[in-house]
Amino acid sequence: MSAAATTRTGGGSSLANRIVIYGLLLLFALVYLIPLFVMLVTSFKSMDEIQSGNMLALPQSPSFDAWARAWGETCVGLTCAGIKGYFWNSIKMVVPAVLISTILGSLNGYVLTKWRFRGHKLVFGLMLFACFIPFQAVLLPMATILGALGRFGADLESATGWNWGFGNPTVNLVIVHVIYGLGFTTLFFRNYYEAFPTELIRAAQVDGASFFQIFRRILLPNSAPIFVVTVIYQFTNIWNDFLFASAYAGSGDVMPMTVALNNVVNTSTGVVEYNVNMAAAIIAALPTLLVYVVAGRYFVRGLMAGAVKG
Amino acid sequence: MAFLEMSGLRKRFGSVEILKGIDITLDKGGFLVLVGPSGCGKSTLLNTIAGLETITAGEIRVDGQAINDLHPSKRDIAMVFQSYALYPNMTVAENIAFALEMRGVPKAERRLAVENVAKMLQIGHLLDRKPSQLSGGQRQRVAMGRALVRNPRIFLFDEPLSNLDAKLRVDMRTEIKRLHQTTGATIVYVTHDQIEAMTLATKIAVLKDGEVQQVGTPAEIYNRPANLFVADFMGNPAMNLLEASVVSEGGRTLLSLTRQGDDDIRLPVPASAAASGLDGRKVILGIRPEAITDRDGADRHAGTLEVVESVVEVVEPAGSDTFVVTHIAGKEVTARMRADTDAKAGSRLPFAFNLDKAVLFDPGTGRRI
Repeated sequence: MSAAATTRTGGGSSLANRIVIYGLLLLFALVYLIPLFVMLVTSFKSMDEIQSGNMLALPQSPSFDAWARAWGETCVGLTCAGIKGYFWNSIKMVVPAVLISTILGSLNGYVLTKWRFRGHKLVFGLMLFACFIPFQAVLLPMATILGALGRFGADLESATGWNWGFGNPTVNLVIVHVIYGLGFTTLFFRNYYEAFPTELIRAAQVDGASFFQIFRRILLPNSAPIFVVTVIYQFTNIWNDFLFASAYAGSGDVMPMTVALNNVVNTSTGVVEYNVNMAAAIIAALPTLLVYVVAGRYFVRGLMAGAVKG
Repeated sequence: MAFLEMSGLRKRFGSVEILKGIDITLDKGGFLVLVGPSGCGKSTLLNTIAGLETITAGEIRVDGQAINDLHPSKRDIAMVFQSYALYPNMTVAENIAFALEMRGVPKAERRLAVENVAKMLQIGHLLDRKPSQLSGGQRQRVAMGRALVRNPRIFLFDEPLSNLDAKLRVDMRTEIKRLHQTTGATIVYVTHDQIEAMTLATKIAVLKDGEVQQVGTPAEIYNRPANLFVADFMGNPAMNLLEASVVSEGGRTLLSLTRQGDDDIRLPVPASAAASGLDGRKVILGIRPEAITDRDGADRHAGTLEVVESVVEVVEPAGSDTFVVTHIAGKEVTARMRADTDAKAGSRLPFAFNLDKAVLFDPGTGRRI
């Protein structure tokens, strides 16, 4: 790779090429960063300053007032208790959904590569097909199924005094995201495990390890890169999802962050508080940002894994 | 009754038959080498013994007990893989102890077993390292340690030396042989390297296209190959295989070999073949390079020695010997001469044929006569 990078083309044209390349990169970076910059400076300004001043100007007296209002006071629909409750709603929904879909995906990948059965290609093909189904196509059928689960939950509640989670909107969203994400996670893990040496599995078999022992002791400890990739992918997708969230948990206390943010911004009463809106939007984006920063190094490593023997 | 018995073993992948009825037995403490060209089914055969592949028909017995339907972990068999297959996330000690851990051996006992094996293989100082921090030869030792620690009924080796460089391969070969002698283990070993087969085995099975060509001791395989394939496959440089016709002259039965631009060669019929009934037939004479020497280098105890003059085509010094190539019966013939031979390309030289070590084959069936 380094050899390719240092390959020399003609002296003068090389410099011109570099200027063009870096110029374009800078331009694209600016296009991407300016909105973020505007959001950030606006969130630290007072409303007066926003209405009078320049959008790109730095705040004259930066304050966290807007952030505090967004977190604890701003109105979502008719309740005015900030977005904090909805933030936790999202966390409660995203963490189980990401973990369950990732673990199931890795189990699927394990079986589809190392415990092949008759028709494994067809099964994988169908899983792959799941990646191409648009969200909208599953909205109505899924609503029917969730409705049935809700009725089942009601029956359970009358029989046992507890609905066991059936019919709970957060649980519903977890189910939807696990099912929808399974196609992707299976694809990631299958391709990763395809390159995983089968002799290791065979050695473990001869050593007397069972199906799950091999999975837990041999496969999982060597899957960190693909785990990181899958977790980042699933976390970003599920956290940012608006369609499923608004369809199955679109009102009341159970709204996830994305729906709540939409309600904050689209309020029809009073003045539009741009600084509060911006702060809320940034808060909504923070977890995905954090996941990228923390796991990003592994993300690149995961994408590169298998490229070099070692 | 043999310790390991394979009878009528067949393996079919779809419509392709990989193993076509294998019958091999091995006594306790024996070292069986399965050898053959790639695609002959030797690795598949090993995997069926390990239980990593199912068999289509036949039976595998160990100590009289059929094991072919048992799970690999229940067969009491250890295997050393070609890629070593060390678990990358575990240290050397954890790798070696893994099988014991899976069998529920207590921790203290495991540590003792690992230490014993590490001492035997001289890898005690490596126990805390990860496989990625080891050299090829060290990984090889760890892989063997992982098999040894379990003290299984049978060891399986799947081309264990093929990933090592030439010098290390020879060292490890000796190591494996020493290990076999000291532990008295029963070993089945797969290789495509006929030198490995000769040096290690107490019993060799030569395979081709899923069929056993010959089973025997290394000496039997080398000196009395059952057919042309075995004769050609075992030995380096390969056995000279020359077309000859059997003629009667002055009451003696002789072999006649043609030469281009020179007189035909007359050689006596080797003692290994029954001379009767061969008259007038075409045969193939198989004679190893070391049975064709310079006159002084010939075996003094040879019963039937025949000296023939022939034109030298190529001289290949190999250090300890010099291989001299001449042309007989339309083929190149390699002779093994002393290192200080004065053979030069283009010169005429006497070649001493020691026919004690020669064999005859039927050109039609390829079998030894």
